[in-house]
Amino acid sequence: MHGRVKIKSTAQQEEEKRKEREKKLKIYVAARDACFSKRKEGIWDDEALQLTQQLLSSNPDFATLWNYRREILMHLETVKDEDEVQKIYEAELSFLESCLKVNPKSYGSWHHRGWVSARLPRPDWARELSLCDRCLSLDDRNFHCWDYRRMVVKMSGVPVDQELGFTDRLIGSNFSNYSSWHYRSTLLPLLHPESPEPPSPCREPPHSSPPPSPQTHSHRLCIQQYLKVTLVQNAFFTDPNDQSAWFYYRWLLGRAEREEMISCVYVSRDEERVAVAFSRPVNAQSVGLLLVLDGQPQRVEWRSVHPRFKHSPVWICDLPPGTISDITNEHNLTVHWTEKHTHRDCALYTGRTESWCRDSATDQELFRSELSVEKTSVLQSELQSCNQLQELEPLNKWCLLTIILLMRALDPLGYEKETLAHFQTLKEVDSMRSAYYGDLCSKFMIENTILKMEYAEVRVFSISDKNLTTLCHLDQLLLVTHINLSSNQLQQLPPQFAMLQCLEVLEADNNSIENLEGVYHLPKLEEVLLKNNKISTLADLQPLASCPKLKRLDLRGNPVTQTANIESELAELLPSVTDLLL
Amino acid sequence: MLTLAPLIHCLYAAESLTESVAAAAFSRVGQRVLHVDRRSYYAGNWASFTFSGLLTWIQQHHVTLLIKEAQDWSSLLEEGEELIHLSHSDCASIRNLQVFCFTSEEDEEEEAPNTTEEETGGTKETGEEEEEVREEEEVREEEQTTPSAALRQSEPTKKKISYAQLLKEGRRFNIDLVSKLMYSRGSLVDLLIKSNVSRYAEFKNVTRILTYRDRQVEQVPCSRADVFASRQLSVVEKRKLMRFLTSCVEETEEQRAYNGRPYLEFLRDRQLGDNLQHFLLHSIAMVTEDTPTEEGLASTRHFLRCLGRYGNTPFLFPVYGLGEIPQCFCRMCAVFGGIYCLRHSVDGVVVDRDSNRCKAVIDSRGQRITCSHFVVEEGYVAADRKRVATPTRFLSRAVLITDGSILPSDSDQQVSMVTVPPIAAGCPAVKMVELCSSTMTCMPGTYLVHLTCQSVGSAYEDLSPVVTRMFRTPESHDQETCPSVLWCLYFNMTDGSGLEAEGHNLPSNVYVCSGPDGDLGHELAIRQAESIFQKILPEEDFCPPAPNPEDIIYDGDNTSSSAGGEEEKEENDGVAEEEKQEEEKEMLEEEKEMLEEEKEITDM
Repeated sequence: MHGRVKIKSTAQQEEEKRKEREKKLKIYVAARDACFSKRKEGIWDDEALQLTQQLLSSNPDFATLWNYRREILMHLETVKDEDEVQKIYEAELSFLESCLKVNPKSYGSWHHRGWVSARLPRPDWARELSLCDRCLSLDDRNFHCWDYRRMVVKMSGVPVDQELGFTDRLIGSNFSNYSSWHYRSTLLPLLHPESPEPPSPCREPPHSSPPPSPQTHSHRLCIQQYLKVTLVQNAFFTDPNDQSAWFYYRWLLGRAEREEMISCVYVSRDEERVAVAFSRPVNAQSVGLLLVLDGQPQRVEWRSVHPRFKHSPVWICDLPPGTISDITNEHNLTVHWTEKHTHRDCALYTGRTESWCRDSATDQELFRSELSVEKTSVLQSELQSCNQLQELEPLNKWCLLTIILLMRALDPLGYEKETLAHFQTLKEVDSMRSAYYGDLCSKFMIENTILKMEYAEVRVFSISDKNLTTLCHLDQLLLVTHINLSSNQLQQLPPQFAMLQCLEVLEADNNSIENLEGVYHLPKLEEVLLKNNKISTLADLQPLASCPKLKRLDLRGNPVTQTANIESELAELLPSVTDLLL
Repeated sequence: MLTLAPLIHCLYAAESLTESVAAAAFSRVGQRVLHVDRRSYYAGNWASFTFSGLLTWIQQHHVTLLIKEAQDWSSLLEEGEELIHLSHSDCASIRNLQVFCFTSEEDEEEEAPNTTEEETGGTKETGEEEEEVREEEEVREEEQTTPSAALRQSEPTKKKISYAQLLKEGRRFNIDLVSKLMYSRGSLVDLLIKSNVSRYAEFKNVTRILTYRDRQVEQVPCSRADVFASRQLSVVEKRKLMRFLTSCVEETEEQRAYNGRPYLEFLRDRQLGDNLQHFLLHSIAMVTEDTPTEEGLASTRHFLRCLGRYGNTPFLFPVYGLGEIPQCFCRMCAVFGGIYCLRHSVDGVVVDRDSNRCKAVIDSRGQRITCSHFVVEEGYVAADRKRVATPTRFLSRAVLITDGSILPSDSDQQVSMVTVPPIAAGCPAVKMVELCSSTMTCMPGTYLVHLTCQSVGSAYEDLSPVVTRMFRTPESHDQETCPSVLWCLYFNMTDGSGLEAEGHNLPSNVYVCSGPDGDLGHELAIRQAESIFQKILPEEDFCPPAPNPEDIIYDGDNTSSSAGGEEEKEENDGVAEEEKQEEEKEMLEEEKEMLEEEKEITDM
């Protein structure tokens, strides 16, 4: 039939597109060159503004041009009056809007918008907020927009509760959104500052100075109100596989940071040395540590327990020879942490060879996992609802993990059996992460054992046959004299092991230990039992040479025993050992 | 008016969605299409009316149509031909029309009690002549109660919209005769996308699914976000619901075990609780208590598949009403050369006795139009020539104009789909759609409510109990919180799903298509259109995408004519061709301009 429309073939369309592109490129390059030469000559005029606008509207990620534009604008600011400047910047904002339509994730455009907004003589923050809302409704994970929005909120002083409502709305439309949940987690502490002082106006940053007491009840109580709202429960009951809600939930239940303090001071008369444990790893050389002995500041050399550590929770120093060696003298020792305005005293009485002063892990409730213990009833009800979910979704890993954490927060020893069972399930349903669960379980078992040891008021740490894959909390074992790690799955005694400054007997039979790096400069160590491990070379035994009192060593069932001349080599390496089992 | 080209490939009489879709499909692949409709508006029973347009339509259905004596066209017949007469009246498809006005005629300040009486009398129609006397009496009673109701309602502080206002703002209404929604993964949406016809219309999401239960309207949580936000569900219910919804996407052995047994039983055995069971059965699957499990699961899956494509519910609604859809396809048909003729009807079909094929039709002016295929709506075909399910099934419809949403929320611009389970044993389940003014179907401050169900009795009998319970009418009691009905219309419409696909006593190249059916979606109409198209042109693509205006070139526009371009389908001589070419070209250019304009508008 004549007169029918014909559709252009793809080849034709391609050709046309190609020509179009060529033409565009020519214009673009010409404009770019014009801009560069103008900038070189230092011309800041309207034409340059127009040229850059033309280029940026097709390619908003051209940082040099944005810079040039800012130079021009700053120049114009000096020559025009306020109304004109306002107009210029308003035009700039609407131009930016068109750039953001082209690429809503352009770094250059968002940054420039922030810059313009901050310089605008009479900013219209409400308009900026609504722009952000529009952008976020198109893509609620546009982090550029989130950043810009935070700036707008800060500049315009939007009340925190209003912002909280904003996150409610976003979460309502799509709760798989880390940005919104995270924003909530930054807002809640603002709304309920931790400090017990009367609530400050919301706009003030509450953390200007760290509050003196960490786990303040008012803060926690308010957080509990948010738990009751059960927004987050709604989320994980609706979709238990969505991580964002679980993370937020853990934050919500989480405890405040531990107070920074000196947790233990240990002094030994024989070795004339002092060991100090801190609540977190520090660099003692730079934190202003001061040792005062009987009222006299001492010049001492602080060293970490292992040369590998620049930061360590345990530091030791040798006292000047003879200062405390007389057993008939009583001494008072104070260690000051000048930076944190805290200190700890320790008295070494007459007739004692050693002494210590410390806060026990039990007192500090160190191991109630990372969850808060302020309100047991709240945690109890949370545990109930998680158990309810677990009944419906017995294989959901997030739920299982949260249950474990809640149980640990409530009663770590009482729930030990259930915890172990849940770990077993976790390893099965999430086999990709079984090693992670193994390590986590080890951590919890060690914590439980420390608690049991403290209840028994002994210095023996025994944790055999518990499938341990890793060691941790070794700073808590500073005072331990006997450790039994037999029949686990340990592969090494890591450098942290050197924190066991009082250790005399180390039992670690039936593991897979290949590395003894941490058995290093342990002044009291006498006996090391390493039957059936995987120590294969003499070099692996090298660290033992730094332990002066080592007498008994059991290496039966290790590959190293097959080495030629092993006995003589060992005698050379470890001359103090008198009882060697090979 | 018409000098028609001698050969028409396909001729349509009357219009329904099926016909306009099929016509667009034929026109698109180069067939010559003539479309005639005795009515003065497009889309027949699928039409949308302004308020005054609807009043006219109501009037027309009350006027007894003069049965025109069949004219004798035998002079136009040739040797070996015979004539099948087509029916003229489409009244048969609409019956039991009843109108009520529950608002004052004038603004309340000017209201005088004695005008009310007059007003109701003026706007109220007493139905068709066949209507039983008893019913008419009922209506009369109605008239009497109305004035008192109007008086009582004049007390509240909120000023009610008067009938005069409805008339004045009548152009803001687009009232559909059928009430349907578009499943976002249904065949209509797929077709709109595939054919590019979607560019002729705009759509809005249905924003929420509601249900009526225990005398209350509740929101049905159906998407993930809804379940999350729902305040009615406990967290355990949330989990159970989400688990059920995710689990039923895949067919399992467990589900197959319930084949043939009621869906309700299947749901019961999932231990979901009454709440969830109600939601799943009535609002998500939208089936009845005795629907078999496989069917219930299939419609649940369809619902879920449609979720999230365009929003939080599975449905779309065209802005300006459903009547837009057939018109969009008509437009596409016209762009590719289809010719439309309103107020023009076909009197009879000329059949060649030997081959039993339709050779031509004779229009009401005695013009013989040759055609190779003839598609006709079932209403034109005499009852003895078509095969339909007996007895004829009807749909009961009600259209209400109300002054508020049945479930007020933060936004007054909600488009709601409401499922109303049978309110008593033996009553039909009612599907209700509440449209807000931003759908451009009603004036600001009002809501347009469509109710649809399978007829048990007349539309009034079926639907007025639901209306009385859910809205404030003169008959309702203690429902101060419900929105008031300002105006309402009840009528019955033939259920198009009663028409059999095959076996009509008609020439082989005459195709019958049905009127609207009672389903919520548009599957039937689209399926029918496609099957007619496939019967006539089995080799051709059904509604291939229309090209973008910038990709269209015309013969002679471009000297380097495409090598890989379309082969010309048919060579046709005749002087008229030249003219046609020009015409089409103009039409396309017009189209192009129009589209560009549209583009500008949307860009803004």
